[in-house]
Amino acid sequence: MTAQDDKLIRMANQIAAFMASKPEAEQAPGLAAHINDFWEPRMRRQLFARIDSGAVGLAPLVMRAAPLIRRPAD
Amino acid sequence: MKDFILPPDRDMGTPASRSPTMVTLEIDGFSVTVPEGTSLMRAAAEIGIAVPKLCATDTLEAFGSCRLCLVEIEGRPGTPASCTTPVAPGLRVYTQTATLKQLRRGVMELYISDHPLDCLTCAANGDCELQDMAGAVGLREVRYGTPPEAGAEVNEIATHFRARNTGGEANPDWRPKDQSNPYFTYDPSKCIVCNRCVRACEEVQGTFALTIDGRGWDSRVSTGAADFLSSDCVSCGACVQACPTATLTENTVIEIGTPERSVVTTCAYCGVGCQFKAEMRGDELVRMVPWKHGKANRGHSCVKGRFAWGYATHRDRILHPMIRERITDPWREVSWPEALTFAADRMRGIQARYGRQSVGVITSSRCTNEETYLVQKLARAVFLNNNTDTCARVCHSPTGYGLGQTYGTSAGTQDFDSVEQCDVALVIGANPHAGHPVFASRLKKRLRQGARLIVIDPRRTESVEGPHYKAAHHLALRPGTNVAVVSAMAHVIVTEGLVNEAFIRARCDWDEYQEYVEFIADPRHAPEAVEGVTGVAADQIRAAARLYATGGNAAIYYGLGVTEHSQGSTTVIAIANLAMLTGNIGRPGVGVNPLRGQNNVQGSCDMGSFPHELPGYRHVKNPEVRAIFEAAWGVPIDPEPGLRIPNMLDAAVEGTFRGLYCQGEDILQSDPDTKHVAAALAAMDCVIVHDLFLNETANYAHVFLPGSSFLEKDGTFTNAERRINRVRRVMAPKAGHADWEVTQMLANAMGAEWAYTHPSQIMAEIAATTPSFAGVTYDRLDQLGSIQWPCNDDAPEGTPLMHVEGFVRGRGRFIRTEYVATDERTGPRYPLLLTTGRILSQYNVGAQTRRTANVAWHAEDVLEIHPHDAETRGIRHGDWVRLASRSGETTLRADLTDRVAPGVVYTTFHHPETQANVITTDHSDWATNCPEYKVTAVQVSPSNGPSDWQKSYQAQSDQARRILPAAE
Repeated sequence: MTAQDDKLIRMANQIAAFMASKPEAEQAPGLAAHINDFWEPRMRRQLFARIDSGAVGLAPLVMRAAPLIRRPAD
Repeated sequence: MKDFILPPDRDMGTPASRSPTMVTLEIDGFSVTVPEGTSLMRAAAEIGIAVPKLCATDTLEAFGSCRLCLVEIEGRPGTPASCTTPVAPGLRVYTQTATLKQLRRGVMELYISDHPLDCLTCAANGDCELQDMAGAVGLREVRYGTPPEAGAEVNEIATHFRARNTGGEANPDWRPKDQSNPYFTYDPSKCIVCNRCVRACEEVQGTFALTIDGRGWDSRVSTGAADFLSSDCVSCGACVQACPTATLTENTVIEIGTPERSVVTTCAYCGVGCQFKAEMRGDELVRMVPWKHGKANRGHSCVKGRFAWGYATHRDRILHPMIRERITDPWREVSWPEALTFAADRMRGIQARYGRQSVGVITSSRCTNEETYLVQKLARAVFLNNNTDTCARVCHSPTGYGLGQTYGTSAGTQDFDSVEQCDVALVIGANPHAGHPVFASRLKKRLRQGARLIVIDPRRTESVEGPHYKAAHHLALRPGTNVAVVSAMAHVIVTEGLVNEAFIRARCDWDEYQEYVEFIADPRHAPEAVEGVTGVAADQIRAAARLYATGGNAAIYYGLGVTEHSQGSTTVIAIANLAMLTGNIGRPGVGVNPLRGQNNVQGSCDMGSFPHELPGYRHVKNPEVRAIFEAAWGVPIDPEPGLRIPNMLDAAVEGTFRGLYCQGEDILQSDPDTKHVAAALAAMDCVIVHDLFLNETANYAHVFLPGSSFLEKDGTFTNAERRINRVRRVMAPKAGHADWEVTQMLANAMGAEWAYTHPSQIMAEIAATTPSFAGVTYDRLDQLGSIQWPCNDDAPEGTPLMHVEGFVRGRGRFIRTEYVATDERTGPRYPLLLTTGRILSQYNVGAQTRRTANVAWHAEDVLEIHPHDAETRGIRHGDWVRLASRSGETTLRADLTDRVAPGVVYTTFHHPETQANVITTDHSDWATNCPEYKVTAVQVSPSNGPSDWQKSYQAQSDQARRILPAAE
């Protein structure tokens, strides 16, 4: 795991911490929308690499939101 | 050159009255109707009659001391002063009668008897009100004392201006000039004790540094200290501007002479956006004088805008393009075409090899809107990606997010005039005295009138207490706990029934409000519950919340102490919630007001500098928005968000981001975790720095394109009030091109076919594509002086107050704000919390202010540490100390002070030698990646001098700044 992965995990978990205070139904869509809106495809690709390889260190809410996060093309 | 024609700049003698009641009277036989409360002097000025005066000026309250402005009023005895006599219905006033003429001559004769008659060699020659008035009253002789004419009979009287009497003895009443201030000279021998300087310091600036010492003959302007520099004077220049004689004079006027023309332009320092008259002689700038009609500053200024413009002509300016193969090579001066071709080839080469997304831009919040627009256009229309960001990333990006989510627009809600109607000012994470001094003066004026103040800041800053103001509540919270404190205030407002339910029902989403109440009313948000975390006594939070909710018009002003945290965006949301809960939005005197850092940080955000949004804050994912720009630019727009600055740097270290065009920003010094920034820059194949100076980032650059100062180009800046102010060119670009031209040349070298010949054409493109700018043109800016966006068909003259009828997004949205502690925590190795900020005399990384005489006030960054923390570490005041975090370490001198609480240390980041950002970490705001500058766990220990990093940095910096001599 690189320092870069660490940073992305921390960033995703920070967003999860904010979204976790929202009503249940808004949490996962809120997190996914935020990442879709603000994360460049490279960052999302790295996030998915992390998710696909077992998601160690990612908050459960990130995992719940994962299906709603847009997978970068190519 | 098309100069802006100045609107009437006449001195009306006394301030305007705002009374709605009108009064009609007669002056010298002419009828005049003016608001009740207007002085006779001003009423006369309204019909073009200038009553002679010395102590009166329309920026100050009437004083009535000079006895020159006397008038006669039919049916009233005596000769009252017109400056202190208000109008009344039916008065018949005479300003020029035999009695008045004689009295005025007598008064002038006395003034002149104690004034040196060295007019021809005096710096105020031609710009002296005493001289003007001597002419106006027809003074033809001075019967007291020694007449100046040769051969006259010696008739010596006591004076303040002769150093020696005719017998050669020293005159005890004479005082030498005070030249301690680097920007102006105080010459007591020219003083007529009109009190204008003293009143300006009190009324306009609010520092109260000056007074009149002594009485009668002994009366003197005094700073109460040895000289101006060592006094409380903050060098704002208000006294110099107010002085009617040569007693207080700008040193540049003494050196150069009086100016011959003036051009109205806008200051290039902070986000207040003060308008100035650039007073010129030829293409030499003589002085910058704050413009009375500037709507942000209303004729006031601070030491930076008023005096610290010498950087614009500093010898360190680089005036030729330079390139180098590798960053270890010395720089080579080349022609513009060679530099641009080199840069374009490299950028194209990188894209060919590593893909379209491998390059990007950083737009400048110091450059104009037009320049910023072109730089983001370069990324979007030429690089064909969205890799554009701006330094707002590291300051106010959470404002954009937080206010956008809650209110629907990424900007402050008020104009600065609004402060005149506020009853409670809540200042959070900002020290306007240092960062936004002209706004601070306007706030202090309101506080002196009785408005109350709440300050939330870990330090006891100058904003907490000063002459004639003191915060009702200072919540000295532990750094990093803003959300806990502001949420606790909201908890108090909700649970104590202080909400403005009518406002919420009318203006906000009621269901969301209910959900929010359920959240915020929970006892875990109570002040008592968070006391242990925040370090603020619960009763203080309760009292502050009650005052904010019930004290009348309550306005929030906040700064980077809010945004530069891992929960920066959450705090902005919490602030927005507070204003909605209490209905403090949508009218004068209230609102949510981010104090923007740089002159055009608002504008650079408006102009689409962020990687996820096109100009006007419209997300790139929206096809209808992309369609507008695709049509205008004739290229497809990438629908995916681009990289933000920290993401660019991460991608650079990783190897996928390899080329950067960085205009007017010094990311190496200003961004956090310097070592990481340096590593990222060093990993790139092409770094293009476009700047006035070889800044720190340029140490890692391959191409240097010389920039132009704000004096050298036309354009607009947008200040913190959304006010679009004109910047006007007063001299030719020293390096040959304005910055917008350079960007255009680079774009064209990469194959674009841009053909702008004037920034007004760029503004026309902005207006055509961006609804909130639809009505903005240079002609209209000239007409109106400035325009606050949105400016369109609905608001052709702009919008001073936002969200008046309804929120921009429709209904205001309450969002929950859970406090989440930052990951940056103190522990045994790093037991103290470092927070950072700025000082009045310096600006940001200091690239400008360090190249001016402002270093007289702040020659180095120091570390503020509480005496207890210092004592346990064996540190004395002035000692070198080592400041270390998990990111790095540096050394600086210690300043022992109880302004900071035990456990907290503080420093500024104005000097590259200190490199405070070696210490700061890569933690950032959850929503925007705005770095957490304000909280770093550190240790402080005694030291002998510069750290190894500082030495190696200096060596690298010296090496990287070598420039080969130009080929003969």
